[in-house]
Formats: sequence, structure tokens, C-alpha cells
Amino acid sequence: MAEQQPDKSRRCMLVAASTVAGGVAVGAAGVPFVASMLPSERAKAAGAPVEADISKLAPGERMTVEWRGKPVWIVRRTPEMLDSVRKNDDKVSDPASKKVMQPKYATNEMRSIKPEYLVLVGICTHLGCSPVEKFEAKAEAFAADWKGGFFCPCHGSLFDLAGRVYKNRPAPDNLIVPPHKYLSDGRILIGVDESEKGA
Amino acid sequence: MATTKKEPVIINGAGPLNAPLGGLLTWVDQRFPMMSLWKEHLSEYYAPKNFNFWYYFGSLAMVILVLQIVTGIFLTMHYKPSATEAFASVEYIMREVPGGWLIRYMHSTGASAFFIVVYLHMFRGLLYGSYRAPRELIWIFGMVIYLALMAEAFFGYLLPWGQMSYWGAQVIINLFDALPLIGPPLSEWIRGDFVVGDATLNRFFAFHVIAIPLALLGLVALHIGALHEVGSNNPDGVEIKEIKDANGHPVDGIPFHPYYTVKDSLGVAVFAAVFCLILFFAPEMGGYFLEYNNFIPADPLKTPPHIAPVWYFTPYYSILRAVTEDFMKWLALGVAAYAALVVFTSRGCLSKIIAVMVAPVLIFLMKGPSFTLFGIIFPIEPKVWGVVLMGVATLIFFLMPWLDKSPVKSIRYKGMLSRWALTIFVMVFLVLGYLGTLTVTDGRTLISQVCTIIYFAFFLLMPWYTQMEKTHPVPSRVTM
Repeated sequence: MAEQQPDKSRRCMLVAASTVAGGVAVGAAGVPFVASMLPSERAKAAGAPVEADISKLAPGERMTVEWRGKPVWIVRRTPEMLDSVRKNDDKVSDPASKKVMQPKYATNEMRSIKPEYLVLVGICTHLGCSPVEKFEAKAEAFAADWKGGFFCPCHGSLFDLAGRVYKNRPAPDNLIVPPHKYLSDGRILIGVDESEKGA
Repeated sequence: MATTKKEPVIINGAGPLNAPLGGLLTWVDQRFPMMSLWKEHLSEYYAPKNFNFWYYFGSLAMVILVLQIVTGIFLTMHYKPSATEAFASVEYIMREVPGGWLIRYMHSTGASAFFIVVYLHMFRGLLYGSYRAPRELIWIFGMVIYLALMAEAFFGYLLPWGQMSYWGAQVIINLFDALPLIGPPLSEWIRGDFVVGDATLNRFFAFHVIAIPLALLGLVALHIGALHEVGSNNPDGVEIKEIKDANGHPVDGIPFHPYYTVKDSLGVAVFAAVFCLILFFAPEMGGYFLEYNNFIPADPLKTPPHIAPVWYFTPYYSILRAVTEDFMKWLALGVAAYAALVVFTSRGCLSKIIAVMVAPVLIFLMKGPSFTLFGIIFPIEPKVWGVVLMGVATLIFFLMPWLDKSPVKSIRYKGMLSRWALTIFVMVFLVLGYLGTLTVTDGRTLISQVCTIIYFAFFLLMPWYTQMEKTHPVPSRVTM
């Protein structure tokens, strides 16, 4: 039998072709594994709107309801609290709520449908902690001329009583106002826009 | 097929079982490279004879790895990775499983002990220049182990499903959320849900008990494989392989077994005594090893009033928190100053070109976006920079072999600049770590900002101060 010399260019072609084909196969085989870690159908379905009874909420108080696993706050603001928001424009980084962190119908001075009731997702826009309420206007360790609002214990972000973020704090954005609508004076539905029909 | 038959294994001494045991070992050795592995890594691995206190921590880290794996296996027998059952199953282990409290406390104390030992092991590397050529790969594998260990600790901390578990995971996963464009889908993919929930817990369990431990074992094998290829460094930073005796063994080397196996056994005994004191008398370590808030079940609606990561993450956490809007201009100024330093004093042409090209881009990204069209399309907020800086703070260790340009390896022969730099770096690391356990005030933020700058200066200025200083002459043989 005659000694055969390997055909270098043919070998190189075959190595390249099998590397590419094998690489594509391995990559494709990885897709279902990566996809399996995405939110499941059950997780996606868990986002139904929730109803809240606000008729017993006293002025100056806050209640919390759970919507999509997140806390949603409803604060009944007193006239003094509303005043503190008006006086706070120079302290917050987006006083006119230009960035879309709220539905159109809450893009106003008080970031709410009715000025008295503030509805917010109680998750800090920095890294997702839930800020704590510091409604009383008094000197605090984190701000000497505190006018009342929310303080995030994790990284010290401050929000006023309209959920607007203070300047020079780690949180970049105002707190989110979730889509919501009034079913009656004492009941609101969270997770559905004003224009939409209730779920 | 190997043509030469291996020598039989002979066990010295006159024990009655030595002959049959020798026969058994010979049988194995002819089918498996047992004796050659034993010789290569233990009885004929020559380590420098001048190892001191700092050389205990490598073997201790391995002991703790074994401890964590063994205790982890037994905890897995009782733990339930489900959001509704996890917290209760941990309390079940603590109260009703026979000896469960002991195994659980061994595991939780072991986690902190692991980091203490690894930090001391890394400090040894910094002291004696163990990352320098030809040991760059040992250092790199070691750093990957350190990162894997942080991932392992992070995944494990979610499992008890307490308040700190929940909100700690929430904050760390939201770090990815900060990345522009890919952030939100990426964090959803990590959580498997829109909030930290059952899906997150279940997958973290999988990572904690199988994926990362497997990776860790492989990495430890690579770390030791690279170490035994080039040989250990020592407190003098002298290469012992350069002077060998008639048999070809380093004159200043001694076989790892029995000399260092015995020495390390003493280390293990002392460590075990200290470990048991903590285990039995202060397993929570005043809230530093197990945080008080983690004894409250996870509540997605309420963040604890003060949240902080476990102590071993706090230096990086402080760096994350240090990045505020005001700090950004100092950061941009720092980048500009550093680029100027490179351009005016660096000898390499390539580094100058890189500095001239990269610095303006970085400064633009830091300060520009807020008032340009680019920034409106592609916003990068200060919190992104906090995340980036925190990531860079952990990854910058990888560059050590190339940042240190001193003609000597060990701190013993380096000059005053290097000594002060390392001392200040350790102090800054501790201060950042301490601040990371506290709540935020303006004063503390300022301190952590100063410390963050010093932290990075230690690394970034290293090529300069290690070359400027006058070093001491290095002996040709190790000193005892």
C-alpha cells in the first residue's frame, strides 16, 4: 500500500466545519437550559390586580397592600403634608415628574389622581429595598431639615411625600406610581388603568 | 502499554500487617499512579523551609472546604428549598433534628471562618509577592476561587429565607437591574420571577449545593496543580529551585510530607480550638456571622429597618454606597488625573495611547450623559457606577501580578512606600468593611468615599511606587 500524505487543506476544512457545526449544536442545546430559568407561566399569571379598601384610612396614615409580590402603599395626605410637597421642589431631582415613573393621570403636582391619596409601589428605585415612613417633619440623622417622607434604610435614599427622590442620593428615580383607578370613593383597584375596565 | 513493571511498594517497619498491605498497595500502584502522585504532591514536593505563621491558611482553607461540604450534605437531608417551608425547615433542623443545631452552626460559622482564612491567605500573597511571575496563574485561580466563594456564600445566605436572606438577595439581584438595556430582563432571568420568590430560592439551592461546590473543587485542583508546577514562594521571595543539592533537590526545600503535614496539623488543631469556642459560645458572633434580622421569616412587604450584608461583603458594599452624584465628579477627576499621570510619566507607548483613548470615553460616560442626546438614549445613572466600581474593586486583584513592578517580591526587601501602601490598604479595607455594617449618614458616606479612592489608588499607583522606592538587597538563600 502506498503511503498517503494527509491533505492539509482538506483536514483544516473538516476541522473548521465540525467545530462550527458542533459549536452551533452545543449553543442550541444550551437554549432550553437558559430558557428554563426565565419566569414560568405560573409566575407570569400571578400579576392580577388587587382591590384596596381605603375608607378606614385616617389622614396622615399609610396602608400597604401586596400587588405582584410587591408592597403598594396608599397614603392619605393631610393638607400640611401636601404643603410640604410644594415646598420641596428645589430638593428633589425631578420635581415635575418628567421621567415616566407614573401613569399619565398621575403626572401632576401631587403625583396622584386625588391629591389626598398617594399610591406608590413601595420599592426603592435604587436596589429594591422597601423604604420606611418618616412622615413627621423634624430633624433626622439623615437630613437636618426633614419635611417628612420616606427613608430607605439600605442606602439612604430619601423621597418626599409625593414619592419624589431627593437630589444627590443613590436612588436615580422617583418611586413608581402603579396603574390604579377608583372603583368608588372608598375603594381603589391597583394594577389597572383608569381607562381600562376592572379585571 | 507500559513496558516497565513498577517497583513494589515497601512499607518500612516490622508490623505484622505491613507485608500484606504492601502487596495491596503494589497491586493498586500497578493499575493507578498512586505512588507517583503521592511523591509528586507530598513526600517529594519540596517546599521552602522558612514558611512562617502566614503559611497555615492555605491548608486551613482546604480543611474548611471539607467541613462545609460534609456539614452541607447533612443539612441538605433536612432542609426544604421552598418559600413556604424553608424557614421552618431550618428551625426544625435547629430544634428537632438530633444534633441538627450543631451541624447547622458548624456550617454557618464555617462560612465566616472560610472568609477569615481566605482573607488572611490573600494577605499572605500580598505580603510576600506570591502573585509575581512565575506564579501569576496560581494567583488568578485563587482569585476565581475567591469569586466563586462569594457566589457560594451569597446563594447560601438566601436559603434560611429570613428577612436578611430575602432583602439581601433583593438588593444584590437588583444590582444587575442597574445595567443599561439588558439589566431588567437579566435580573428577571436570575430571579425566575418578577420578585424574589420560590423560583429564586429553588435555583439558589441548586447553585449552592451542586453547581458552585463542583466548580470550587475543580478550581482548588487547578490552584494546587499550578502551585506544585512552579513551587511555593516563601517569606523571602527567593526561588529555592535555583540552588539544588547533589540529588537535584532544592537546598532550602524540605519535603511537604512529613514536615509541613505535621506543621499544618498543629495549625488545624489550634484552628479547631478557636472554631469550637466560637461554635459553642458565640455562633452568631453578635450578629456578624448570623444577623439578628434573619431570625424573622422573609416578608416581601417590609424591609428591616437596617439591612447590611454579612461582614465579608461589607467592604465592597461600602464602595457601592459611596458612589453618589457628587462623588461622580471626583471620580471623573480621578480618571483624568490618572490618565495625565500615565501620559506624562509612563515609559510604554501603548499605555499612553490607551490612556488617551479610554479616559475621555470614561469621563464622558461619567459626566456627559446627563446633558447630551447620548445620555437620553443610553442613560447611565450613578447607581450603575456604584455597581461598576464594586465589580472593579473585586476584579482589580487579578491585575496584581502586572501592577507590582518592584525588583523584589517580598515586603521584607521592599521599600517604605510599599510597606505604607499595604498598611494603609489593609486599614482602608477594614474601615470600609466596618462602615458597610452601619447605616448611612453624610459623614460616613464621606469617609467611605475617601477610603474608596485610597482603595483604588493602592492598585492603580502600584506601578509607580514599587519602582520609585529603594529596595533592600535580596539574599540568595532563604533566611530563617
